[in-house]
Amino acid sequence: MVKEVARGVTAQGRSKSYHRRGLWAIKKKNGGKFPTHPKQQKAEEPAKKAPRFYPAEDAPKALRRRAIRKPTKLRASITPGTVLILLAGRFKGKRVVFLKQLEENGLLLVTGPFKVNGVPLRRVNQAYVIATSTKVDVSNVDVSKFDDKYFKPTEKKQKKKGEQEFFEEPTEAKELPAEYKENQKAVDAALTAKLTPELTGYLSTRFSLRSGDRPHLLKF
Amino acid sequence: MGGEKIRLYVTGSILGYQRGKRNQNNNVSLIKIDGVASQEEVEFYLGKRIAYIYKAKTQKKNSFYRVIWGKVHRSHGNCGVVRAKFRKNLPSISMGGKVRVMLYPSRV
Repeated sequence: MVKEVARGVTAQGRSKSYHRRGLWAIKKKNGGKFPTHPKQQKAEEPAKKAPRFYPAEDAPKALRRRAIRKPTKLRASITPGTVLILLAGRFKGKRVVFLKQLEENGLLLVTGPFKVNGVPLRRVNQAYVIATSTKVDVSNVDVSKFDDKYFKPTEKKQKKKGEQEFFEEPTEAKELPAEYKENQKAVDAALTAKLTPELTGYLSTRFSLRSGDRPHLLKF
Repeated sequence: MGGEKIRLYVTGSILGYQRGKRNQNNNVSLIKIDGVASQEEVEFYLGKRIAYIYKAKTQKKNSFYRVIWGKVHRSHGNCGVVRAKFRKNLPSISMGGKVRVMLYPSRV
């Protein structure tokens, strides 16, 4: 932006601005004319018949959504293969391996691996994670099939309970579909092949603060 | 997980409210985080969530414990004290009590 001398009055005039913006260079390159987009030819629409009646009620018009979702920035300390410490929830303190960032909502795809410490393939928010300086080789893990859809719960149909069913004991929890188990196995196999015994031991232990630990001084 | 063996928080003590000579500001609490002795060290804790956990006489959701959440706002002075804001202002009985300073939202 050019400096403003007063409100609405720029320091440089029209001519100077023209030079400064380098428009002359563009013009020169295109043979004395500004490049223009070719006009788009509109396909001729079939003539619409005017409706015989106006709709009795106003049809709601959808609001225009202009907001564009920006992709979540991944913290610089987190790269595929980084060992992360989970900070909250069921698996708090567990050390897990970061596989990739999911595109839609920026969550992190992690796995324990399940075989090592019981953490399945799951999504976590990077705010609830500490990145360590330890790295694991994940180059041979195929994560292409995992996206946000993969983790969406299948819709449950709520059945109305009859009187008799109401008093019955709730049925057993449903088992995970075999497909999920196989995927977990495949990822685990690829990952554990690259793990040294030290790394396996490291991943299987939980992280916890001990008395005297100062997290602001720790180097993770 | 009851009886947590995994501690992922730092304790802090509630010093009181932000105040001047005559007025006090109840919506800002001053908290001294354990092991933090300087303003530079506070940087790590900025934005971290704080839980004030207390015990009540009546059960809610099968628990006698309740929590007031807040977050670290900014530093206060040069000795590692922080200002914190809670969703509901801390009760005055909490002065001198303990809070948990969580490690999230994490920036490391």
